[in-house]
Amino acid sequence: MVKQEQEIASRPDNTAFTQQRLPAWQPMLSAGIVIPGFVLIGLAFIGIGVALFVTSQSITVMELDYTGVERTSPCFRCSDPNVKNCVCQLDFSIASLFKGPVFFYYGLTNYFQNYRRYGVSKDDDQLSGDLDSFTSPSDTCSPYEYDSNNKPIVPCGSVANSMFNDTFKLYQIVNGTKKQVPFDGKGIAWWTDYNVKYRNPSVTPLRDAFNGTVKPLFWPRPAYELDPSDPANNGFINQDFLVWMRRAALPDFRKLYRRITEGDYAQGLPAGNYSLEIAYNYPVLSFDGRKKVVLSNVSWMGGKNEFLGIAYLVIGSLCIVMSIIMLIVYAKFKFPEEE
Amino acid sequence: MSFFGMDCVRKNEREVERKLRANDREYNLSFKYATNAIKTSKYNPFTFLPLNLFEQFQRIANAYFLFLLVLQVIPQISSLSWFTTVVPLVLVLTVTALKDATDDINRHRSDNQVNNRKVQVLIDRKLRSEKWMDVQVGDIIKLENNQFVTADLLLLSSSEPLNLVYIETAELDGETNLKVRQALTVTGDLGEDIEKLADFNGEVLCEPPNNRLDRFTGTLTYAGQKYPLDNEKILLRGCTLRNTEWCFGLVLFGGPETKLMQNCGKTTFKRTSIDRLMNFLVICIFAFLAFMCIILAIGNYCWELNQGSQFIVFLPRQDDNAAGFSAFLTFWSYVIILNTVVPISLYVSVEIIRLGNSFYIEWDRKMYYARKDTPAEARTTTLNEELGQIKYIFSDKTGTLTQNIMIFNKCSINGKSYGDVYDYMGQRLEINEHTETVDFSFNPLADPRFMFHDHALVEAVKLENPEVHAFFRLLALCHTVMAEEKKEGEIFYQAQSPDEGALVTAARNFGFVFRSRTPDSVSIVEMGQQRSYELLAILDFNNVRKRMSVIVRSPEGKLSLYCKGADTIIYERLHQSCSKLMDVTTEHLNEFAGDGLRTLALAYKDLDEEYFNQWKQRHHEASTEMDDRESKLDQLYEEIEKDLLLLGATAIEDKLQDGVPQTIEQLSKADIKIWVLTGDKQETAENIGYSCNLLREEMTDVFVVSGNSSDDVRQELRNARSSMKLDVVEDSVFLTERTLGKSAKVVTDEVANGEYGLVINGHSLAHALERSTELEFLKTACMCKAVICCRVTPLQKAQVVELVKKYKQAVTLAIGDGANDVSMIKAAHIGVGISGQEGMQAVLSSDYSFAQFRFLERLLLVHGRWSYLRMCKFLRYFFYKNFTFTFVHFWYAFFCGFSAQTVYDEWFITLYNLMYTALPVLGMSLFDQDVNDVWSFQHPQLYVPGQLNLYFSKKAFFKCALHSGYSSMVLFFIPYAAMYDTVRDDGKDVADYQSFALLTQTCLLFAVSIQLGFEMSYWTAVNTFFVLGSLAMYFVVTFTMYSNGMFLTLPSAFPFIGTARNSLNQPNIWLTILLTSILCVLPVVTYRFLLIQLCPSINDKVMFKVRQAKAAPPPPTRRTRIRRTSSRRSGYAFSHAQGYGDLVTSGRFLRRPAVRSSGFTHVGRTTTGFSPMGRSAGYSPTGRPQTAKVPDVEVTSLQMYRTIKDPAL
Repeated sequence: MVKQEQEIASRPDNTAFTQQRLPAWQPMLSAGIVIPGFVLIGLAFIGIGVALFVTSQSITVMELDYTGVERTSPCFRCSDPNVKNCVCQLDFSIASLFKGPVFFYYGLTNYFQNYRRYGVSKDDDQLSGDLDSFTSPSDTCSPYEYDSNNKPIVPCGSVANSMFNDTFKLYQIVNGTKKQVPFDGKGIAWWTDYNVKYRNPSVTPLRDAFNGTVKPLFWPRPAYELDPSDPANNGFINQDFLVWMRRAALPDFRKLYRRITEGDYAQGLPAGNYSLEIAYNYPVLSFDGRKKVVLSNVSWMGGKNEFLGIAYLVIGSLCIVMSIIMLIVYAKFKFPEEE
Repeated sequence: MSFFGMDCVRKNEREVERKLRANDREYNLSFKYATNAIKTSKYNPFTFLPLNLFEQFQRIANAYFLFLLVLQVIPQISSLSWFTTVVPLVLVLTVTALKDATDDINRHRSDNQVNNRKVQVLIDRKLRSEKWMDVQVGDIIKLENNQFVTADLLLLSSSEPLNLVYIETAELDGETNLKVRQALTVTGDLGEDIEKLADFNGEVLCEPPNNRLDRFTGTLTYAGQKYPLDNEKILLRGCTLRNTEWCFGLVLFGGPETKLMQNCGKTTFKRTSIDRLMNFLVICIFAFLAFMCIILAIGNYCWELNQGSQFIVFLPRQDDNAAGFSAFLTFWSYVIILNTVVPISLYVSVEIIRLGNSFYIEWDRKMYYARKDTPAEARTTTLNEELGQIKYIFSDKTGTLTQNIMIFNKCSINGKSYGDVYDYMGQRLEINEHTETVDFSFNPLADPRFMFHDHALVEAVKLENPEVHAFFRLLALCHTVMAEEKKEGEIFYQAQSPDEGALVTAARNFGFVFRSRTPDSVSIVEMGQQRSYELLAILDFNNVRKRMSVIVRSPEGKLSLYCKGADTIIYERLHQSCSKLMDVTTEHLNEFAGDGLRTLALAYKDLDEEYFNQWKQRHHEASTEMDDRESKLDQLYEEIEKDLLLLGATAIEDKLQDGVPQTIEQLSKADIKIWVLTGDKQETAENIGYSCNLLREEMTDVFVVSGNSSDDVRQELRNARSSMKLDVVEDSVFLTERTLGKSAKVVTDEVANGEYGLVINGHSLAHALERSTELEFLKTACMCKAVICCRVTPLQKAQVVELVKKYKQAVTLAIGDGANDVSMIKAAHIGVGISGQEGMQAVLSSDYSFAQFRFLERLLLVHGRWSYLRMCKFLRYFFYKNFTFTFVHFWYAFFCGFSAQTVYDEWFITLYNLMYTALPVLGMSLFDQDVNDVWSFQHPQLYVPGQLNLYFSKKAFFKCALHSGYSSMVLFFIPYAAMYDTVRDDGKDVADYQSFALLTQTCLLFAVSIQLGFEMSYWTAVNTFFVLGSLAMYFVVTFTMYSNGMFLTLPSAFPFIGTARNSLNQPNIWLTILLTSILCVLPVVTYRFLLIQLCPSINDKVMFKVRQAKAAPPPPTRRTRIRRTSSRRSGYAFSHAQGYGDLVTSGRFLRRPAVRSSGFTHVGRTTTGFSPMGRSAGYSPTGRPQTAKVPDVEVTSLQMYRTIKDPAL
């Protein structure tokens, strides 16, 4: 008995794993699966495509370019970089009710927020309220790390420095008088950005935290005075600042400026004439950029985007076509059976 | 290691000759000879880290990543954080280091085991048990039976008469027949007298350490006298002492200087063709990487000129030399970003897959040989996929195709054939294990292992049929076998060739027991009666005579000559009266030969006393003649060996290994060409060729090339070729193929107009391998289905393999069991050793080893095929997934000012290859199988795509790259278009960089996972778990990395906080993911479906068939052996070596009493001695040795040096 055990001492184990006999599912691209599969996918895609397309069509978007490139543009005057504190006014009309809630965006084109060295030019520690980084910003912020007097810039870096600083006021012209459309600037940034990622140092008053630092070179006011109307909306948790700091993926982008949710405009912008008053500060012409204002409402699929619906429709139809071709091929050149 | 080696080399150069004095350690120490300690390990705990890292960074991939790491430290260039490179690099280095460490620990362990073996050393006039490593040059040591020889020794004295020792050299040269070594008489007289030995102060002057096993020169100076020393007096480390109680030896060389260790040269590192292709592709990828980076750098230059220089309002340039310098930096930045096209994990993964597949081979029960308890072993873990591409197999014959066990199977006596079993109907029955065997119990001296099935023969013996008695008497008398009877009735035969042993054993069982011999007599027991024949002369074998005779005088005084030999030779010397018997016997011989048996004719003649005396006188004169002795003796022999009377013929089965014919048939169905390279003679080899289905009767022709000059051989080859193919176009045979950078002449396959075989002789082969003829030989041989080369020397074996390797773009495999196969095993792409035999050399130099030839079928058709399939699928998919991953960066470059901005989160880049996609692809490459093993056997044609390199080639790689190009475009542009100017459903941002990165990487992961699903044809639970688990893991890790907690601990390392939460709850994000994933795979599915329908591959067909037959799997086919009815006959089949004739007559062996007194017990020798089998000089009539393994024998020393196989990573 013992002897026998010794004899087979090195016999391999007989398990499904060692003998490569694990039970398995062996799918094959057979006609019975592929052709119905294509039909199903095609139908599903066409369905989704129709839904997306219809939804997208129902979204209203209004774009107003105010860069002032053309001489006829009311902002042409302001596009000269030497003109300071320029305000221009853009008139437009809405034919039918612009269903609310309406979102007010500003858009920039040919603006490379996704340029690598632009993107890294910030200090996350500083922006999360770390006072050590106030006095010695990370060198990723270069060249906006220290000013010419070698004082640390807070918030440092290109991203913060280049914050968009045009301001807008929208008026409805009611019987020849301007009626300001109330803007809601609260909660336009991501909840996580506002509550977690960006934080002011826990120093009151806030301005004390900025002692010994200077404001970014392009900024008219220091960070703790970004919103004079609301003291809670200052520092790194200023909503406009947060929106700007979430840099765009592509060189053409739009960013949320305000929401129109209040008062008479809660249901949307009624038909009528409107006037947009722009404090024109931000220079974009030097790099051939464009500035625009976008009014839009949203749906369950977000903003207006026709591509997705059309893509679904096209691919769905292609699937159906392919399934027919496959069926023909299958019927004609059926898999040779013998051999 | 290198220092150690260099030391040795330097020392060897200095040492011109070796001087040493016995029992004088101080004197010998002055020469600083190596002690007997061996060291095969590479590292020690302190040198491990630096040495190992140094070695690892010599690998191009590792060095490349080190270089990348350096680039990443430069802030202007660094487009990725350092951790994206460091994490994978450290992981890879650690895994490799761990593997190296375990390997080295194993080597240390085996070194220690060998070094700590005990041996008795004479120190201070006393025998002391010492460790091997403490033995020094000049020491005298005592060895006992069955012990390993500790170091290279000069034999001083032994327990056996005439100071003989018997050694087995299987470890050294693979020959398992015992060899004799004899000490000088002057030292032999020392005996085992410790005092005398301690006083021995002989001085030895000999050659420096070298690796020649068969040569030794030196002198011994003792007591003023000089004695020459040669190889006959040397015991080499690695031998085993057999049949010798004890012996004393003087250590000449120790440890690394022994001939054994000097022979353990570095084995060349074999690479698979996939390896080479992979290296080539990696170079291509580097070139492509550089190309992409240049394009992007140029793009950056243009962008800087046109846009960047104007965008300075928000992104000022610190340096003024803008565009050019920026482009230069961008180039390097993109080198960093796009480095993932050369994934660092590729090499590690490939090693893991190979390791896994090696384990499958070792775990395979169907390759485990229960009789010898030997599982298959993958000694090299880096060649697996090559097993799926074999085109040529070079096989040894003896011990590989055949068992080298001779069985007395049939005989023809006086015109009657014995050996077949018939049933009542007169039908010949197939003999198998259940066939009733003949009962030899009437004969107490019978060998219990002998089996015979025909009862008629034993009846004839019992009936005292005179011819039958004469027949067996001849077999019992006419041979040079030595008998050893240690216990009454237990006789062991020592035969020079297994054939002889088989014949004498047959005679023994049929009642004619050869018992003992003296120089002038042979004692046999005839039917229970002890008779002693006077041995008057032995007319021994040689390969010209092809026969041997003995002249004996019976106890009654009758003089007879008994002769056995090749039938053709004997027939020429028969008396006319036998002509009728000759015809019948010839018929029987043909029948035997047709069954593939080795035949021998037996004849005798009674001699006239007077004539014999006169002949003997002349014989004596001739044998004392100084010149031309040989030919004169031959003439005398010729004269007396005539007018013989035919007795009959014997037929011995050279037993094939189990399943050889079936295996060969299967392999040839798989389009593998089998060449048998054997040291045997042509007839034997041809015979085996027929019996193992290599040559077939249906073949159109079998060419025999036996020319004696270059021209003859060339002409014969040319003739053969022209008859195979009528229109020989001379010029079209060369294809200059540029594959791996260097152009090689490749001979294309030519198609013959039928099935042909080629048999080529040893001397013809020598001519055929000459430079001028080799191509002719190769072309002709490659057109034949089967090639048999006979009388091949080990060197020629290697040459043949090299020849095929040189001109054929094909993968070769050599399989063998003996030391003579080592050269070809090393030369071939893959070497396979037959293990479980006594000799270890073939196994030690092999890449794979198992116990039976038939396992080769499973190794190739199942394991090899799967390994190849898996490796190719792995590579295709791996390149696909990494290219796709990387190319997205390329497209993004056009939208981010060529600023080397990554598309993905850096953590994703770090973990993509390590975590998110590693396990699914590994799972596929470890479990995938297109059809299971039964079907693989059923359709050997499935093997062919591997030979043609169909699954992974440059073309396949290019297709992968194109596919990746498509996928990456989908993966970039669909999210791009879907996210353009879009917002969340609450109006907030979702087209920001971080969301876009998350979206793209999620799409990518889904797309490659679904693609993997389509690649995989064998979904086990593990695979499903890996695929789904990895996706789940991705989400878990992503949400963790983007969580508040992680951000708050390290704000700058996890800037993606909240991205997952904010964007993955959007329906349009998910719709984009769905669209992208589906769009990536739809064309693939369409293409594959159409391909299967329009031009299905063999795999598709078989898989289809499997699906159809799923309900009822086919019965495993176990074809019964096809019995050939053939007219072929073996002209001559017998061991070609010269017999023991000289020794027999000189009486050297015979001084030892045949039976020792029963009171004297021999420890360790009585029962086992050594068990004859395999290649041994003994023979085993049943094929089943009494002891499968010699017990109590430690792992042999050479086994200790073998490469330790990779343990699990």
